[in-house]
Amino acid sequence: MKSLAEPKKWERYFWPILVSALFLALWHYSVIWTATRIFPSPLDVERGMAELLRENVLWGDIADSLRRVAIGFGAAVVLGIPLGLTFGWYPPVNQVVNPTMQILRPISPIAWIPVSIIFFGVGDDAAIFLIFLGAFFPIVVACVDGVSNVPSVSRRAGRNFGLAPWQLLAKVVFPAALPQIIVGLRIALGIAWLVVVAAEMIAVESGLGYLIIDSRNSGKRYDLVVAAMLLIGLIGLTLDLGFRRLERIKSVRWGFRNES
Amino acid sequence: MEPFVTPAAVDTKLRVEHVNIVFDRDGKSTPVLNDISLEVGDGEFVCLLGPSGCGKSTLLSTMAGFLSPTSGEIKIDGEAVRGPDPRRIFVFQERGVFPWLTVEGNIGFGLFKLPRAERERRIAYYVKMVGLEGFERTYPPELSGGMKQRLEVARALAVNPDMLFLDEPFGALDSITRLIMRGELLRIWEAERKTVIFVTHDIDEAVQLADRVVVMSARPATIQQIVNIDIPHPRDISSPRYLELRDGIFKQIGLAHKL
Ligand SMILES: Nc1ncnc2c1ncn2[C@@H]1O[C@H](COP(=O)(O)OP(=O)(O)O)[C@@H](O)[C@H]1O
Ligand SMILES: [Mg+2]
Repeated sequence: MKSLAEPKKWERYFWPILVSALFLALWHYSVIWTATRIFPSPLDVERGMAELLRENVLWGDIADSLRRVAIGFGAAVVLGIPLGLTFGWYPPVNQVVNPTMQILRPISPIAWIPVSIIFFGVGDDAAIFLIFLGAFFPIVVACVDGVSNVPSVSRRAGRNFGLAPWQLLAKVVFPAALPQIIVGLRIALGIAWLVVVAAEMIAVESGLGYLIIDSRNSGKRYDLVVAAMLLIGLIGLTLDLGFRRLERIKSVRWGFRNES
Repeated sequence: MEPFVTPAAVDTKLRVEHVNIVFDRDGKSTPVLNDISLEVGDGEFVCLLGPSGCGKSTLLSTMAGFLSPTSGEIKIDGEAVRGPDPRRIFVFQERGVFPWLTVEGNIGFGLFKLPRAERERRIAYYVKMVGLEGFERTYPPELSGGMKQRLEVARALAVNPDMLFLDEPFGALDSITRLIMRGELLRIWEAERKTVIFVTHDIDEAVQLADRVVVMSARPATIQQIVNIDIPHPRDISSPRYLELRDGIFKQIGLAHKL
């Protein structure tokens, strides 16, 4: 149902922009009123951002962070989807595996940092492993749930047309579970983006997480710290928006309630 | 004055022999079907009629091979039913269409073994038959309930089955669409002469459609009576014979139709 007070087009942009402006103003005047010497004002941050862009290190850091997420998340997708579908498809397998998974799942990837450094040493691989861990469990769980929620009517209809079990999985169960799987992937990507920053603060010497730590350690450049934080937010938002576009694909749109 | 319609005159398509079904759940066993025996002739249109929850869907699912009887046997063309088979398609209430496939994709779903040209020819034919031209690329959420139901019937017909099992297919439609759909189903049945087993709890629907109405009792279901509907199509639903048959079934079920 559309509410009667449907916002006008200009209002859809006006109010969010106003709130952002108020936030910046609050930030700006707080810095002035408290006369802090450490915390940067929005203008400092803007100058810091410009400096980062001029020095050309920024693009390398962004690329490194994105690359790690791509590899870690990609590995989680490639492994997690087939495993999740299998577990969902064979409930007895799921019953055996599920308790172990439920214990591993709530462990924050951050808690794995020491272990991953033992496994992989300090370096890219350790960071990627942490991202993988963060993304893997939500993907598996989404697949298991997605498969077990496929209505029995759909399964029966598939069997009725003479599909072999693997065809049933590919042509009925997977597409029926896909909306839920996509939701899981989106959550997993968000987590991957959270984890990469943390991992880069400890295990590697490049990336946006490293940029934050490095800016602080080498001369307390909090303008650069906050600039990097904002960038992380913006890139995370972009990734999420990009992923949401998948929900518009016609063959999955039926699974998202607010789309008709 | 039993009408002279003998299903024995045609070949027997389906034979249900002393079928019992007992569901065991939570250590409690519920008998649902009690010694059901029934014969259906080739090309016949039979309605299973009974109150909600009496076991009609259970019986139909068993005929279609999705459930196996606790005891007794179901034979189709003389062979025991061992599982679902593309030669006999089960049509669910519109929920059976696949929302991730277009109208074309749904109709073509069971045709994966055919060469492409033949598949496309059949899809086009059945799109036309159920009046969905112009909606070939549309996804089910954008179709009305009646269109989805026609789509599901088209998907079933496209694989050219010799039997259709319909489980209250028009139950979720508004009463006008339901009447139109009954007409269309009869038109299709007269053109293609499939054997149709149609489940309903609507007495009028049963008497409008069926050659024979199988009246079932409340759970555990037994067959109370089998009524031959000896009125040719198109049926005049205000004719004395129609009213007589309908009222007979009302009485049989124990309902006087006065509110
Ligand atoms: N899988 C099942 N396990 C246990 N009870 C069931 C199962 N399926 C159906 N029933 C019960 O069997 C009875 C008949 O169900 P059903 O065949 O769906 O009735 P109808 O289609 O006539 O409304 C109902 O009381 C229902 O609760
Ligand atoms: Mg039912």
